[in-house]
Amino acid sequence: MASMPFSFAALLDRPDIWRGDSLNRTGTPTVPCGFPGLDAELPGGGWPAGALTEILPAHEGIGELRLLGPALAGLSKRGLRIVWIAPPHLPYAPALAAAGIDIANLVVVRTASPKETLWATEQALASNACGAVLAWPRDAKYAELRRLQIAAEGGRAPAFLFRFPKATGEPSPAALRIALGTSDGGLAVRVLKRRGAPLARPVLLPPMPPALHGKTHHVDRHSAAPAAARDFSARLVHA
Amino acid sequence: MAVAAALALAPRLRIAPRDPATETEALLGVAGWAAQFTPGVALEFPDGVLLEASGSLKLFGGLESILERLRRGLAEMGWSSVLAGAPTPRAAFWLALVGKQKFIGESAELEPVLAALPLEVLRCNDETLAAFEAIGVRTLGELRALPREGIARRFGQGPLAELDRALGRLPDPRNFFVPPARFRAAIELPAEATQAETLLFAARRLIVQLAGFLAARSGGVQRFVLRLRHRDRAATEIAIGLVAPSRDAEHFTLLARERFAGLELAEPVREIALQAEDIVPLAGNNLGLLLEQGKPPGQWEHLVERLQARLGAKAVCGIAGRAEHRPERAGVIADMGEKQLQRDFGERPFWLLDRPRLLAEIEAVPHHDGPLELLVGPERIESGWWDGHDVARDYFVARTQNEALVWIYRERRGEGGWYLHGVFA
Repeated sequence: MASMPFSFAALLDRPDIWRGDSLNRTGTPTVPCGFPGLDAELPGGGWPAGALTEILPAHEGIGELRLLGPALAGLSKRGLRIVWIAPPHLPYAPALAAAGIDIANLVVVRTASPKETLWATEQALASNACGAVLAWPRDAKYAELRRLQIAAEGGRAPAFLFRFPKATGEPSPAALRIALGTSDGGLAVRVLKRRGAPLARPVLLPPMPPALHGKTHHVDRHSAAPAAARDFSARLVHA
Repeated sequence: MAVAAALALAPRLRIAPRDPATETEALLGVAGWAAQFTPGVALEFPDGVLLEASGSLKLFGGLESILERLRRGLAEMGWSSVLAGAPTPRAAFWLALVGKQKFIGESAELEPVLAALPLEVLRCNDETLAAFEAIGVRTLGELRALPREGIARRFGQGPLAELDRALGRLPDPRNFFVPPARFRAAIELPAEATQAETLLFAARRLIVQLAGFLAARSGGVQRFVLRLRHRDRAATEIAIGLVAPSRDAEHFTLLARERFAGLELAEPVREIALQAEDIVPLAGNNLGLLLEQGKPPGQWEHLVERLQARLGAKAVCGIAGRAEHRPERAGVIADMGEKQLQRDFGERPFWLLDRPRLLAEIEAVPHHDGPLELLVGPERIESGWWDGHDVARDYFVARTQNEALVWIYRERRGEGGWYLHGVFA
């Protein structure tokens, strides 16, 4: 026993010892998110499968769905089903198809109450029959989120919960929590919580405006808002 | 004995009149359920079911295994039962009648066991029984000990013939029970039910009976109906539909539970009935050889069924694209799994509002949480003059004060005005 040379490096290599500055890079199955800057900062290199990811956009429409676009496209092309539970509006088929998502594998579940939303999310996660689950729970308490987390475990689907910014300060059992804001027209992704060391700086993703192609501005003679039309070129934003 | 005498002996006795029709129906129900174990099912009214089980022993893994399943199934359906077995049907029925749960395999062992049975098992009238008692014969063994010609002369051939059939010396052909084509069963509740959860208990019994009936026919159903009978109102019908035919009792119970969970009973329920009409052939499942790691891949169809059972059939849907210039018609709600139309639209938002929302216009600039900055546009869409829903709009991509991107349009007909139609999420 004493004759074995002791090696510190070998000790640190043990899988059951975790160093504070290292990210858990092995063992978690993940779905790559398609943005290299973000993939590098997520444990396992992508959205965690079989776990909750909370997305807290500062406002609706700054790019929270476009963030998931590549991952959902990949999953739907593999034949897995994407389930949207209680979305605030109708997912628009032409836009999703243009983003590469196979809408034949997209299912929308409309519920009548927050309780039904939570129940449907739990059922979808527990069944392990979906490729990904996106849900918009109105107000979810810690205990309810914990139930969702337990339902997701053991499965292969990442679960994305979209919540209001006021939930940022509340504790949550989700494996990954992301707050979205804008910065210079691009998306600022702040990782609030992840399995591993916390991230100090936000990840800046390139701005995702719609492509400014094809549609030249056209002065509409009947328009009653000539001011807007004339100021057009001054306001064009370059990507 | 008379009712008054019985009440005098036991004042707290509960008396209920016999209902032969219900009893017969119940017996037929049990026979239909038991037909899953063997095709040879015969009835012995009023309360006996005979199963010719020697051909089924090997398939079901032995006598103990069949008995276990019989006991469990009958208990789940709410019946108390006595099970007995013998080489001949009459002997088996006699053993069960007196309550002896014995299973005799060999004919040689049959004689001594039968000898101990009382004479009441024979189907004789009371005078014959009284006459037998008068001459001191109380058990079948004593009957057999007497000379046959004497018995035949005094009491007729009946008792001797029965005994011979029981011992296997005379043939005992039976008419086999044929299960009906449709399933119909009902349970009258002991007390009126006001909560839907209590109905689940009774529904479970009916569902187990249905599952056995379907197994007997190697069939499945895709739809079954539960009828709740009230005192005054017309019966409530609850139809439960499945995505694929099935005969799994657990699956049916789960769906029924989901349906009952949100059910409000307008009036107390007295009786619950289950009806299944279209029975389709359904082969059995082959079990996998290897167990899979982690959770097995779930059944998508079962998930959809559960969601629809609780949220409503229309709550689960897919989306589809249509070849339409009008944006509200280019992306619609449709059945799940519709293939995508290959079409090149311009930039389109991920979210489309149900109804375009009118925006305030201040100094000729549309406002939504602050003034909107027009980025791309206009994209003129004029279409739909042929069906009366014509649109003439100029669409723009605009940025809000919060740096969110929205899809707005300016209405070109009538009064004009700016509307919000989508959000680029």
